[in-house]
Amino acid sequence: MIRVVIPHHLRRLTNAGKEVQLAVEGPVTVQSVLDALEAEYPMLRGTIREHGTGKRRAFLRFFACEQDLSHQPVDDPLPDAVVTGTEPFLIVGAMAGG
Amino acid sequence: MSGVRVLVGTRKGAFILTSDEKRQQWDISGPHFAGWEMYHIKGSPADPNRIYASQSTGWFGQLIQRSDDGGQTWEPVGNEFAYDGTPGTHQWYDGTQHPWEFKRVWLLEPSLHDVDTIYAGVEDAAIFRSQDGGKSWHELPGLRNTKGDLWQPGAGGMCLHTIVQDPTDADRLFVAISAAGAFRTDDGGESWLPINKGLLSPFELPDKDAEVGHCVHSIAMHPARPDVLFMQKHWDVMRSDDAGGMWHEVSGNLPSDFGFPIAVHAHEPETVYVVPIKSDSEHYPPDGKLRVYRSRSGGNEWEALTDGLPQSDCYVNVLRSAFAVDSLDSCGLYFGTTGGQVYASADSGDSWMTIVRDLPAVLSVEVQTLP
Repeated sequence: MIRVVIPHHLRRLTNAGKEVQLAVEGPVTVQSVLDALEAEYPMLRGTIREHGTGKRRAFLRFFACEQDLSHQPVDDPLPDAVVTGTEPFLIVGAMAGG
Repeated sequence: MSGVRVLVGTRKGAFILTSDEKRQQWDISGPHFAGWEMYHIKGSPADPNRIYASQSTGWFGQLIQRSDDGGQTWEPVGNEFAYDGTPGTHQWYDGTQHPWEFKRVWLLEPSLHDVDTIYAGVEDAAIFRSQDGGKSWHELPGLRNTKGDLWQPGAGGMCLHTIVQDPTDADRLFVAISAAGAFRTDDGGESWLPINKGLLSPFELPDKDAEVGHCVHSIAMHPARPDVLFMQKHWDVMRSDDAGGMWHEVSGNLPSDFGFPIAVHAHEPETVYVVPIKSDSEHYPPDGKLRVYRSRSGGNEWEALTDGLPQSDCYVNVLRSAFAVDSLDSCGLYFGTTGGQVYASADSGDSWMTIVRDLPAVLSVEVQTLP
């Protein structure tokens, strides 16, 4: 199972706690993980990726294994530790304020 | 026992304030949707238990929430606001053309007649309609065909912030857009007409009486006289007696005719309220005195209402959607400030009380009169 940590404000929508576990069919990528997340929690559609374009919302970041994966192609494979469930895939609100 | 439910949207959540018909003792619940910007919350006139809320942040975008039990529980509904067809472009700050981009829902206007029909005013300016209780949204694109390429955002963004329904004609709607003007449809949103004749904007526009481009801040109507409209423009308080065909100024003796909200008394169609703000560069009340002004003559002659409102060192603003009127026999008024206060009057504005004083900045105030 893929472990996904979602940010505080979105937990209020899912009512599923800090971390959710997802079964992902086929290659484990940013795209496939988010597809599975939105299929399980449809109220998240539009909050992480924009409707229409599917682009990551500007103030969100994707981290895993101490790497920022926000800017890599969404079809690139995620690290093995995410695929095996050893490490979570983190969806993070970007820092704001000064 | 009758009462009121005041729906308050703030920069960091929503609050629901309830009272009986005396409106002296208040229960406050919230924050609902804590930490989110709540631009607007409004109940359905067709069913007071149905409430819609616009919830957004810069991080996570737009959500629409719906309650079917008077705000006790909520359910996220549709949040996809896709412009019809190829969105096209509008004028940008530098005069170039800029693509239409959805940013947020400023206003939710439930139908007077059908609990599942609701209109949404959005930024970049457009009007959407849902006919399934908010699950799906479809643009009424004829509005943007009304010289939309000439619309240009103001400092607050190019938002459609006002939707007024004609209670006698479900096909007639009035809308207002910042820095674009006022528009009317007589065919349920298929086609639209700019209704800006008589507006003069010599400080804001190169052509002071242009057909579109005026910065309209708010429009109000009394349901018994749907052809009479009152407008708070950027500068100037205006009145039309022919459904927007022609406007004339009724600012009269106001200390400033700049402001944001405008409202009409529930039972007196000639009684109008505004909250003067010093200027477009100084968004606070003149002289540090928070005064609601009332005209009982449909404009021109205004009196200051001050009892219970701060009359020194007050430098808050009252935003365009943050003033509401109930329909109890003794008409109640409510408004919220950017300083987080919500004030109420149970006597048409003669005296005011503070319901709550330390909320986040108030973006919107609506009231439901409950049986």
